[in-house]
Amino acid sequence: MRNWFSDSIIARVAVVGVLSLTATSALGQAPAYRAPRTADGKPDLNGIWQALNSANWDLQGHAAATGPVPLLGAVFAKPPGLGVTEGDEIPYLPAAAAKKRENQANWVKLDPEVKCYLPGVPRATYLPYPFQIVQSPNVIMISYEYAGAVRVVNMGTPTKAPAESWMGWSNGHWEGDTLAVDVTSQNEATWLDRAGNFHSDALHVVERYTPLSADTLNYEALIEDPKVFSRPWKISMPLYRRVEKNARLLEFRCAEFAEEVLYGQLRKKPGN
Amino acid sequence: MSPRLFSSTHALAAVVAVLLLGQALVVGQAPSPTTKAPTAGKVWTPPRTPDGKPDLQGIWSNGTLTPFERPKGLGTKEFYTDQEFAELASRVRKGDVGEEADIGAAREQTLRYDLSLYGFDLTKARFASNKRTSLIVGPDGVVPPMLPEAIKRNADRAAKNKGHEFDGYENRPLQERCILMGQERLPMIPPVNDNNLLQIAQGPGWVSMLHEINHHTRVIPTDGRPHISQNIRQWQGDSVGRWEGNTLVVDTTNFTGLTANFRGSGEKLHLVERFTRVGDETIIYQFTVEDPTTWAKPWGAEIPMMKTQGPIYEFACHEGNTMISTILRGARVAEEEAAQKTAK
Repeated sequence: MRNWFSDSIIARVAVVGVLSLTATSALGQAPAYRAPRTADGKPDLNGIWQALNSANWDLQGHAAATGPVPLLGAVFAKPPGLGVTEGDEIPYLPAAAAKKRENQANWVKLDPEVKCYLPGVPRATYLPYPFQIVQSPNVIMISYEYAGAVRVVNMGTPTKAPAESWMGWSNGHWEGDTLAVDVTSQNEATWLDRAGNFHSDALHVVERYTPLSADTLNYEALIEDPKVFSRPWKISMPLYRRVEKNARLLEFRCAEFAEEVLYGQLRKKPGN
Repeated sequence: MSPRLFSSTHALAAVVAVLLLGQALVVGQAPSPTTKAPTAGKVWTPPRTPDGKPDLQGIWSNGTLTPFERPKGLGTKEFYTDQEFAELASRVRKGDVGEEADIGAAREQTLRYDLSLYGFDLTKARFASNKRTSLIVGPDGVVPPMLPEAIKRNADRAAKNKGHEFDGYENRPLQERCILMGQERLPMIPPVNDNNLLQIAQGPGWVSMLHEINHHTRVIPTDGRPHISQNIRQWQGDSVGRWEGNTLVVDTTNFTGLTANFRGSGEKLHLVERFTRVGDETIIYQFTVEDPTTWAKPWGAEIPMMKTQGPIYEFACHEGNTMISTILRGARVAEEEAAQKTAK
């Protein structure tokens, strides 16, 4: 326990150093914005947020393309996107690169999103659905519209996951205006996007949520997984507040929309 | 209770729930939640969040010995006396109970859990003390009779599915399909001693509640925003909240007409829940339901929730669901075999 904890602190400090250097250079200058504070003096990230990009289609830059269901024409075509990956390159180990290509070729059959499985982190953040941050001093509860997924970020003394899970185990802390969340113990069943980008059960994600203005956050995720990638790599994107007056998360219990895919072939045949 | 899914996540949830039961506190030691607030002598000040709202945060368990409906022999008796309650608690610890206490999964004959495997010791079971003879409040202590139109509505739904139970996934119960677990449905009735946990977090203008079962999470606005359009119907309706003194009042409407929501009710179901912290370790959860298409009058219950240790484990039901495919495959194999027999 102690070793695990101190290792992760060292890793985190190293990560923070690298990230703050790159953040500064990316923006050209240090961000001047200071987030409003909660009643207990923490940066206030409460709200309903959503990514506005096509990262869920492919974390790397991609041109528009025909969608998976030709009958749907333009309705479900793949939209183009600039990419959210730093350097636009994902550093796969050779065997993993082959698996990624296989995933991509069999996307509809293999993507856990098609089956409405819990999305894991970071994919939950940039799925095309809103999510909500409810921030209290001891825990930050993050609820996602997609599949009703949820995470409880522990803001106290870091704790170790009792078991592997789909949404992983989250320990958070504040670094100035930034909420940093260390995510471990995710199972290997989730993916990173619809392009077949994937990870193993050795995935370690460090997320950083940084207020940029009253209605925008910058989201970064540092992704490391020594079984799949040759080095840690990073994605980043803005998140936008859903400012509608009556905004809230609605039900998207998608299990019922995935049943035909999962069980349709087992339906009774006419005449039997 | 419908058949359970024997997925690994279920087994995990069961372990957690039973471990919780195994904590060393005996029946009768928790503060009595039968009154609105502790009265005797000491002054208890409800804690506040940093922004000044009553603080309901933490992980709470609604594990209880009190049956949902009052045992028939008790008539209109709503509360046990201290002595009667002490005797009942003592009998429970010996495993000797009849209708008076619902010990659910803690029953020796409950095959779902091998109690010795989980190190479960009935003498150490932890439940909130509750002198009520039933969770349902009032002189009747039982669910009011269903109106004829509700009986017909539910019978029609069942008749439509009769003879087709194994045709396809859409004919299986919502619980098996992990769309809506029986005990996940609102209001929150204690399950039989598993998945009893509720984690509450509060931010300015919102209260978030993570219900252990099927990771059902409600993010409830308390800033006065209205219900969503009546055109939007949801399995768990739409909840809006407000603070009344020390009590969080949550109003839920917009249920669907696709299922018998709560106890046979229809889409007109209107639920009002009240969460009141009455001590460091206890929240009193009260609810009233009304549905003019189902019952002649509103009715409700009162359930104590005890503070407990976490964490809440992830309940990934759909992801581990092998039940639907197993049941349907079994039905197809049986049909195939029957067809071959006829052909011979």
